[in-house]
Amino acid sequence: MSSEQITRVTPSSDGRAETLVGRGNRDGNQLFREWYKELTTAPERGEKAAYVFVMGSLAELLRSFDLHTVFPEINGLQTAVRHASESYIADAEDYGYASDVCGYVKADVGLQMRGGDHPMGRIPPPAVAVYTNACNTYIKWAEIWERMYHVPIFTLDVPGSRTEGRRTWKGDADFDNDRLYVEGQVKELIGVLEGVTGKKFDIDKLRDHMGYANRMSVGFKRVVEVNKAVPALYNGVTDGTVYLGVANGFRGREEGAKYFEDLVEELEYKAANGIGTLHEEKYRLVFVGVPCYPIFRRFGEMFSKWGGEFVGSSYLWFASGGMNTGFEYDLDNPLESLAEGVLVTVRNAMDSMFYSDKMLVDMVEPYGIDGVVYHSIKSCRTVSTGLADNRLAVMKDADVGTLLLESDHMDSRVVSEAQLKNRVDAFFEGLATRKLIAARAS
Amino acid sequence: MSYAAGVDVGSTQTKAIIIDEDQRIVGRALIDTGANVTIAAEHAYEVALRDGDIHEEKEAVGFIVGTGYGRYKVTFGDTQTTEISCHGRGAVHMFPATRTVLDMGGQDTKAIKVNPNGEILDFSMNDKCAAGTGRFLGAASTALEIPLDELGPTSLRSERPVKISTTCTVFAESEILSWLGKGKKVEDILFGVHQSVAGRALGLLRRVGIEQDVAFTGGVARNIGMVKALEELLGFPIYVSEESHFMGALGAALFAMDHVKSRQAPSRLMKVTA
Repeated sequence: MSSEQITRVTPSSDGRAETLVGRGNRDGNQLFREWYKELTTAPERGEKAAYVFVMGSLAELLRSFDLHTVFPEINGLQTAVRHASESYIADAEDYGYASDVCGYVKADVGLQMRGGDHPMGRIPPPAVAVYTNACNTYIKWAEIWERMYHVPIFTLDVPGSRTEGRRTWKGDADFDNDRLYVEGQVKELIGVLEGVTGKKFDIDKLRDHMGYANRMSVGFKRVVEVNKAVPALYNGVTDGTVYLGVANGFRGREEGAKYFEDLVEELEYKAANGIGTLHEEKYRLVFVGVPCYPIFRRFGEMFSKWGGEFVGSSYLWFASGGMNTGFEYDLDNPLESLAEGVLVTVRNAMDSMFYSDKMLVDMVEPYGIDGVVYHSIKSCRTVSTGLADNRLAVMKDADVGTLLLESDHMDSRVVSEAQLKNRVDAFFEGLATRKLIAARAS
Repeated sequence: MSYAAGVDVGSTQTKAIIIDEDQRIVGRALIDTGANVTIAAEHAYEVALRDGDIHEEKEAVGFIVGTGYGRYKVTFGDTQTTEISCHGRGAVHMFPATRTVLDMGGQDTKAIKVNPNGEILDFSMNDKCAAGTGRFLGAASTALEIPLDELGPTSLRSERPVKISTTCTVFAESEILSWLGKGKKVEDILFGVHQSVAGRALGLLRRVGIEQDVAFTGGVARNIGMVKALEELLGFPIYVSEESHFMGALGAALFAMDHVKSRQAPSRLMKVTA
């Protein structure tokens, strides 16, 4: 993964700058390599893997059964960042998948057809697939593995917000009913996992993994919030993708908990010392949607060359499975609390896709936002439908510039750099105009 | 006398405009872009200089702004600005009451919302698809074997336009041929094509919000059939200028003149380059 690297670090007398600044990206990339190495060698050790997704992975529970977690979405984006997604997608299309099917799905199908051969290692086959209804494609995707590998698949149906702004919380009858509904499914899933692994459910082991997840959750929330600092401490798209990789791949693990505690230490140090990511931060932006992975670095440069910095993104909300809520489990009541956590965080992830306009407007003042960039992706209607309306809603309620881009997260055939660049340049010309008008008014 | 120049390198044609300190157009050029973008830009600039009879005093041109897709290939220019900003600036210069601009070119259509100074407040562009652009009309021209310049006048004879359902430029030809096969009149098919393109453009305009007055710019603005189709859909008249085709180059020249004048009064300059 690439990321905006620190451009100005003044050596500190105590050596903390050299130790801390940039550690999150270094450690994140290292953990990533280790994770894929673990996955590659898992079959040799007779260890099994669960296929899961970023919005509601239930990693805490799966790890209590010693299952590895494989995230096909992350496998997919890794092929795109490494400019290899086209060949995987082509294999799936040659097999018969249509051009408008989700690029992640097709990259995964291509991967499975190659026996798990991936640029970062070899992905083990699934022993089970566990997924929520946060993305409708998850369900059909898992059915592909069910037919390929004849393994159990489990849909965890998580009730979402009934309407925008109508979330319920613990103590409300609707919420408590929803939680019981999720808890019942979690118990059912435990039975499935016992069958898959041949291991008895161990509630103390679950408690341990939930404890690690709590530490990570607290850290992740702080990471999102601390970027209110001026200049921004990290780029919410480039660096943010590193953080998301660790948040998903190491959820419920001690390494993941420690990573986010370390990251908070780094970012708070940078905030205290005014260390940002760019030489000159001219515009503070929010990114909405899934990044353009086929041209990940160059996409970021289209913005950074104008002094545009993504201080936040809706991706950090929904692709973390709602970890930005900072939800902490009650370790005295693991199963009840696991159900509550899944309900709260997955609901938040869904709201971050479907009802993000209010969240974005709420960011404008505390984060000093100048503009909101929407990235609509061709092969994912789940995150892209409604972005045009969202843009208009945000413009109505907040005095910010907006930009709607259209390309794809995986398929370079529908990524037109010249068109993207033209829109981005015009967007910044418009932001310059807005600043000029504001200066005139004052 | 000082001059400023704007060079708009589009996907199909390259335009150049030279203005004087009073913002009057003194020279213009319009050439096909062809395969070598840099040469096209240089050529257009030279033609505009000659048109203004100032080719012997090139040094009097104090600033050159490149715009259009090939703006970074205007290697002799001083800076670049997108055609979106340039069309907005040019349209408001030409028609001061303009608040919404529709720029329809060979491969792009843009809806641009502007303030009274011609500064961009919002914009929307066609997706990676040539439906709703001049290229769609080009497909009709090919299929019907009618020169581009005659498409608009021919379409105005239509009494019962057909409905073109495809949004794909490639498939447009086959749909046109199928209507011909059904015995429909050429003018009715052609106005249907114009209505189809106008409908796509209307969608873009709605994205930014249609605020009157509306100016129509870009190469397709020369097509009287498209003007009629748009006015019918919008329900009110739109501004079209003889210079519509040059609006991007004009806006670029106006930005360039800002730079020339900023040398006397630097605070007037709006810096918008990366």
